[in-house]
Amino acid sequence: MNWILLLEQTLNGLQLGILLFLLAAGLTLIFGIMDLINLAHGSLYMMGAYFAATFTNWTESFFLGVLLTLPACMLFGILLEIIALRTLYTRSHLDQVLATFGLILFFNEFVRLLWGPIGLDIPLPDILNGSVELIFGIRYPAFRMVIIATGIIVALLLYLLVSRTKIGMLIRAGASNRQMVSALGVNINLLYTIVFGLGAALAGLAGLMAAPIMTVEIGMGEGILILTFVVIVIGGVGSIRGAFVAALLVGFIDTVGRSFLPDILGLFVSNDVADTAAPAISSMLTYVLMALILAIRPQGLFPPKGV
Amino acid sequence: MAGLAAVPIIADSIDEPFYTVLFSRMLILSIGAISLNLILGFGGMVSFGHAVYLGIGSYVVGIGTLHAIEDGVSWMANGFIHMGIAVAVSALTALIIGAISLRTRGVYFIMITLAFAQMFYFIAVGNDNYGGDDGLSLYTRSEFYELLDLSNDNTLYYLNFIFLIVFLYFSHRLINSRFGMLIRGAKSNEKRMESIGFPVYRYRLVAFVIAGAICGIAGVLSANQTDFVSPAVMHWTRSGDLIIMVVLGGMGSLFGPVIGAVAFLFLEEFLSGITEYWQIFFGPMLVLIVIFGQGGIDGILVRLDKWWQIKKSA
Repeated sequence: MNWILLLEQTLNGLQLGILLFLLAAGLTLIFGIMDLINLAHGSLYMMGAYFAATFTNWTESFFLGVLLTLPACMLFGILLEIIALRTLYTRSHLDQVLATFGLILFFNEFVRLLWGPIGLDIPLPDILNGSVELIFGIRYPAFRMVIIATGIIVALLLYLLVSRTKIGMLIRAGASNRQMVSALGVNINLLYTIVFGLGAALAGLAGLMAAPIMTVEIGMGEGILILTFVVIVIGGVGSIRGAFVAALLVGFIDTVGRSFLPDILGLFVSNDVADTAAPAISSMLTYVLMALILAIRPQGLFPPKGV
Repeated sequence: MAGLAAVPIIADSIDEPFYTVLFSRMLILSIGAISLNLILGFGGMVSFGHAVYLGIGSYVVGIGTLHAIEDGVSWMANGFIHMGIAVAVSALTALIIGAISLRTRGVYFIMITLAFAQMFYFIAVGNDNYGGDDGLSLYTRSEFYELLDLSNDNTLYYLNFIFLIVFLYFSHRLINSRFGMLIRGAKSNEKRMESIGFPVYRYRLVAFVIAGAICGIAGVLSANQTDFVSPAVMHWTRSGDLIIMVVLGGMGSLFGPVIGAVAFLFLEEFLSGITEYWQIFFGPMLVLIVIFGQGGIDGILVRLDKWWQIKKSA
């Protein structure tokens, strides 16, 4: 086996895991606290990418574009919460699924109308376009390293926010007993809006970081949304820690599976069979993992307390 | 219903065979929605992966006819065999998906069925021998000896119609049987059913398998209708469409799914005739229906009927 390739693919897996975590953290918080399944979370990711592309174009600077995109996503999320989603909190999960499914249809067409059906590109500034040297002369694209670093920093900040601050205390309290929190005089609607805005900003961050390495296109949020669902189901719905562990696990298995499964299968069966079977099996791997974990622990790896 | 039976005759007489095809699609999706309604409407199991069985049924026809023409294996074009295999494979798939998913509840169940559906979608996309992402065009439709000639759209329409009637009757009998009472009982209070001593999990699994098998037949019909099979048949938005049809028509009502499927396709035809960007209206409409329209179209009809009764008696 090729060790340089293995290291590279491990880093790629880590990077996918980070993106998944940014999406999963928002989704799992929104579900844990407001009891809302938000299928349109992938649309927030898509909007993040489109905002980033537009703002980068306007300001002709990637960094300014990023600075504008994050508040734009947060504002977008807050508006979405106030206009459409607020009424859905008390509804059944089925109603939530349907309504947010409707929102996906809307946003996809909206983007098609506004930006056209052709995908966009985001040019990276020169600093981020090169590669950095890891150990032993192995080079790795700088921007992907930035994604990994940003993700880890955000994860740490999120951890501090949730475990050390007043708002984090309210978030945790809201996740375990909503009625009690509002009975104690906390403005629960405001808390919901803040959490949703936070989740939207995280999804937007994931979208803008994914934009330069994948194309910015309509429906880009849907595939990764379903993978995010797998992540939060494996991690335990409502648990940020679970989301983090599961995101890295899924990112790693998906990436490494895709690149090494043909070789691994080749050890057992003929190369022809391995080459045809590997793509199908590697796309199944994450779901098989999910099925296995749920067969043993139906509530996921880290179910939050009190749920 | 009688109106539906006359569609091909009317369409032919006004020389618009397009309507036969449109209504044919309505009938097929009605069958799919009826099968989903069995578990979603009556059983309260929100399966977000029901299009998988449409896909399985379609691919049975696609793969079968491909081998029949290319390798000359004539039995592989046989419609009865397509139906049989589609039912068997769909039932087996539903058994596996259900056995794992039904261990979970609520939002977990929704996401897991969705994830499994996605898995099958990717298998179809990755399978280059059978068209991969691009899909397969059918060389021929399923063959039923000398009995039926499906290359005629009207014949296919009546086959769909007969299947619809059969499955409507079947689901009527099923939901009013002891088995159906159990499924409905478990929807309203699972713990109570358990404590009376019924193995709810097993009953639900059987319902899940039946629904999958019926939807497999809808898949066979759908492939014949479109002469084309591709992974898009089981794209997750297709599963979403099926849920919309069931909820739009009215969950847990016998004719609800049929009304829903017909209304859904009418809306699609109507809106896409007005603008290319029809989903920009359809999406928000869906949100409004969810927020304001409890009980779907069938529910509104029932409420109208009640209102009328009260007004008449007053």
